[in-house]
Amino acid sequence: MAERMEFDAVVVGAGPAGASAALALARAGRSVVLVERGPFPGSKNVYGGVVYGRVLDDIVPTWWEEVPVERWIVRRSTMMMTGTQSLAVDFRTDAWGSAPYNGMTTLRCHFDAWLAGKATGAGARLVTSTVATGLVRDGSGRIVGVRTDRDGAELHAPVVIACDGVNSLLAKEAGLLPRAEASHHTLGVKEVLDLPPGAINERFGVQDHEGVDMEILGCTREIPGGGFLYTNADSVSIGAVLSLPELAASGIRPEALIADLKAHPAITPLLRGSTLREYAAHLIPEGGYDTMPTLAADGLLIAGDAGAMTLAAGLWLEGVNFAIGSGFAAGRAVDRALTGGDCSAHGLASYRSDLEGQFVLADHKRLRKAPSLVLSDRVQQRYPGLLCDLAEGMFTVTNPTPKPGGLELTRSVAARHGVKLRQLAADTLRGLRIFG
Amino acid sequence: MSAAPPGPRRWDGISFEERMATVDFRIGARAHITVDPDVCRSCTTKVCVSACPANLFAPTADGGILFNYEECFECGTCYMVCDSAGAITWTYPDGGHGVVFHHG
Repeated sequence: MAERMEFDAVVVGAGPAGASAALALARAGRSVVLVERGPFPGSKNVYGGVVYGRVLDDIVPTWWEEVPVERWIVRRSTMMMTGTQSLAVDFRTDAWGSAPYNGMTTLRCHFDAWLAGKATGAGARLVTSTVATGLVRDGSGRIVGVRTDRDGAELHAPVVIACDGVNSLLAKEAGLLPRAEASHHTLGVKEVLDLPPGAINERFGVQDHEGVDMEILGCTREIPGGGFLYTNADSVSIGAVLSLPELAASGIRPEALIADLKAHPAITPLLRGSTLREYAAHLIPEGGYDTMPTLAADGLLIAGDAGAMTLAAGLWLEGVNFAIGSGFAAGRAVDRALTGGDCSAHGLASYRSDLEGQFVLADHKRLRKAPSLVLSDRVQQRYPGLLCDLAEGMFTVTNPTPKPGGLELTRSVAARHGVKLRQLAADTLRGLRIFG
Repeated sequence: MSAAPPGPRRWDGISFEERMATVDFRIGARAHITVDPDVCRSCTTKVCVSACPANLFAPTADGGILFNYEECFECGTCYMVCDSAGAITWTYPDGGHGVVFHHG
């Protein structure tokens, strides 16, 4: 008979969601095991990436004094480009460059390990290099633990919290997630490029620990998606996020789109002389609020990417904060359910209502229509070129021909891009409704 | 007749092999992903070939697919985009094995 160990809760996956769930439970005095399939927390994880730390304020006071940060984001550039043009809204503020900060670049093997360390510091037991291969159910079908690939050892508890990521095999086994729904996912591919800190500071207009976050539309050929460029301490992360079905249909290799971005005249000078340190890829759940799975079953909660909690298509690119928020809420909900002696889906229902009442689901609900707008054909294929041509038309001095009027210019540029002013107005209104 | 799917090319002066050499793989003895070549032979799209970011799927002369699990990102792209039900059996590598990202 395989070894069997009993806990108050089993948390699968030591990413930000799992570490936060385990931390909440350990602080509540519960015995909790945190199972990680990689050799260390973060070893299987890839993101852009920026972590927005406000969610940490209540969990780790003055976290910014100890978090393994690369750079604090003080400049954010939202860019649209064509093959030969680029148009950016570039914002910088001193406010984001000092405590309590706003966003930071950090690498997941550092950040995830730091957060998991908070959980173990509070008493959670971390078990690495161990896969949770399946759910254990009792005679009535209720989930009571997981099987592992450590000699078939089983970890038993009244509740399992599945924080096992975008492919969550446990949520799929429980029937909460569809087996494979490509249209709800994007593929992120990323290169981390070595670049000396001095070169980063000069090229990106920052100093010391300041960093830049760039999001780019119009750089992914016919595939809906976008590009990103982030500064780390002595490297930059550059990559693309690509609609999975359309990537597959295009026949284009994902790394070719990173190469496109690196070869763009607005990007190339920023990267000159850099060398590839690591190439990586990861899926992102992209379905938004309307396709979010049921988050609870009898004896099971799901959090983080497993629960499709990311905003990746839109003005905001967030995920780690939702993972932390949902994981911590899951841990607290399980603590309450244990106290109440009811770990059924009903007994765990306070998890969902907690998330609805805070940013995790409120933000997803507010932005529920964002993916369909941002990934729409006009926003992806027409507006970057339209807006770049509009800027070029406005700022190209045409002497001796008089300057064109704004409306006339807009009308002619829109027509050239196959867009009617009526559509432009409707999409603007739609955008304001979604993001406003 | 369309051209063969584009293979990995040299981007920025490095080959695809050099690109993959930047990634730490702790290769396990068990193939965590298996592909059924009989199912693949009946597939006309073979979208896995171009979509896999690690370029692990290679079309064979007899219309099947040759798959190598060793340098896998464990991302899930292949089974998500697969057009042929039952072609790809997808699990995680055994604990502690597979890809290890140091700059994710």
